[in-house]
Amino acid sequence: MDFISQLSIFVLAIFVGYYVVWSVTPALHTPLMAVTNAISSVIVVGALIAAAPTDWSSAKILGLVAVAFAAVNIFGGFAVTQRMLGMYKKKEKK
Amino acid sequence: MEADVMTHATAAPGWVPLAYLAAGVLFILALRGLSSPATSRQGNMFGMIGMLIAVVTTLVTHQLASLPEIAGALLIGGGIGYVIAQRIAMTAMPQLVAAFHSLVGMAAVLVAAAAYLNPDVFGIGTADNIHLVSRVEMSLGIAIGAITFSGSVIAFAKLNGNMSGAPIMLPGRHVINLGTLAVIIGLIAYFVTDQSPWVFWAITGLSFLIGFLLIIPIGGADMPVVVSMLNSYSGWAAAAMGFTLHNTAMIITGALVGSSGAILSYIMCKAMNRSFISVIAGGFGADAGAAAGPGGPKVDRPYKKGSADDAAFIMKNAEKVIIVPGYGMAVSQAQHVLREMTDTLKKEGVSVKFAIHPVAGRMPGHMNVLLAEANVPYDDVFELEDINTEFGQADVAFVIGANDVTNPADKTDRSSPIFGMPILDVDKAKTVLFIKRSMGGAGYAGVENELFFRDNTMMLLGDAKKVTEEIVKALAH
Repeated sequence: MDFISQLSIFVLAIFVGYYVVWSVTPALHTPLMAVTNAISSVIVVGALIAAAPTDWSSAKILGLVAVAFAAVNIFGGFAVTQRMLGMYKKKEKK
Repeated sequence: MEADVMTHATAAPGWVPLAYLAAGVLFILALRGLSSPATSRQGNMFGMIGMLIAVVTTLVTHQLASLPEIAGALLIGGGIGYVIAQRIAMTAMPQLVAAFHSLVGMAAVLVAAAAYLNPDVFGIGTADNIHLVSRVEMSLGIAIGAITFSGSVIAFAKLNGNMSGAPIMLPGRHVINLGTLAVIIGLIAYFVTDQSPWVFWAITGLSFLIGFLLIIPIGGADMPVVVSMLNSYSGWAAAAMGFTLHNTAMIITGALVGSSGAILSYIMCKAMNRSFISVIAGGFGADAGAAAGPGGPKVDRPYKKGSADDAAFIMKNAEKVIIVPGYGMAVSQAQHVLREMTDTLKKEGVSVKFAIHPVAGRMPGHMNVLLAEANVPYDDVFELEDINTEFGQADVAFVIGANDVTNPADKTDRSSPIFGMPILDVDKAKTVLFIKRSMGGAGYAGVENELFFRDNTMMLLGDAKKVTEEIVKALAH
């Protein structure tokens, strides 16, 4: 994929992000931060590629450490978001 | 250069880019779900599916022979993350988010370093000749990642109390910071012409340094902006690495997270009527530390002091009570007993609502999460603009652990450092009950609150949780 295509995706995604985030209710801003944290760990893709070669090298070790760090975030981020969202309850109707 | 990018792209099966695109779309839906608490859990599920697709796609298109050690790293990291997520106290959420940001930053640094050391694997050139565009992308990735890491570590230490929340001011810090930043940008430009290791590691080292320097002068009350800003940076770091790896999921996610953090920073700044630059320049709240000390200004103006029994009596006979929580409620963990008080009042037929200022607490939405934890239904909790007109009809405004966000001087006193900050109009209520630890200290902004000395204000001095417990007892009589 050439640079211009990537840049197009990037710029359009910023606009999507802009409108989607403004529509997030302020009551959920903390879960928003937790979940954006979890999804930004998609950087794990790069870590997996670095860790993939079968020959051991410093790059592979860096990759594996990055996989572990990103995994803390992925599991931790989604789990804590789920836990928080589970607490938001509507008024019970009598 | 174009040619081997093309061969790299066609080496993977045709469905691979589509799978990454699907992951990116699922992440957008994850954020979309947060527009209402009702759809939010489904949104979070979309996010998890997106992540699963991204990870599995990468694994099956790369050497599965390395699976054992990769699975090991995933399990160790994932296990730690899951356990922390289950055990963390809701009041500790700001520091947890800061800690998580630091991990994203560090992961970006490690991935960029791995790409520099072994560019073949990433399809971005050879060890002695990395593509020029990739050099810019990876150096930006490592710089933003390093800033995110060291900045988040400081934010964590301040929020967690390992480090004083007071701003630490170095002499000539603006010159040092701008100078360091200029050198980093210069080195990134130079890296395009010379990919020697010293250039790359100098960029990395200086970026770690500036992340640290940027956050130490920023005081505790400005942390909501800092945490949002670091959230944004972690996104831009992921996006930069997405460009390096030609990966759509990473580019889309980076853009989403980057704009999300930027919008939150903007909302926080606006709620304090301060410019982003002035927050980043730091030093705000420096006077508050001094004023709160033992030698702080003596209060000799008359004010009305009330007891828990008085407060209980007033609220029992009220028709409408609006509760204004702030950071003090989080510190003393008063949210549960506050909900008990609310329940008792509701049984007496009193209408009770909660009013939240955007910068209450230490991160965006902090108060909402704590109230949700204490089982306060979310339809009883209102944002500033939705409830502010109602204070005029309220019999009681019950302020617990908030200060600056209720100060009428923000509207009238031009010399106040927080002049122009939108406030909750608690002074319009018939009676203001104000829980405060003591009369000595001013708020974080170092400003005396005019409200304390008004005729319709009754001060309840003491720990937020203890005072509320006493009120609950008094209400039972």
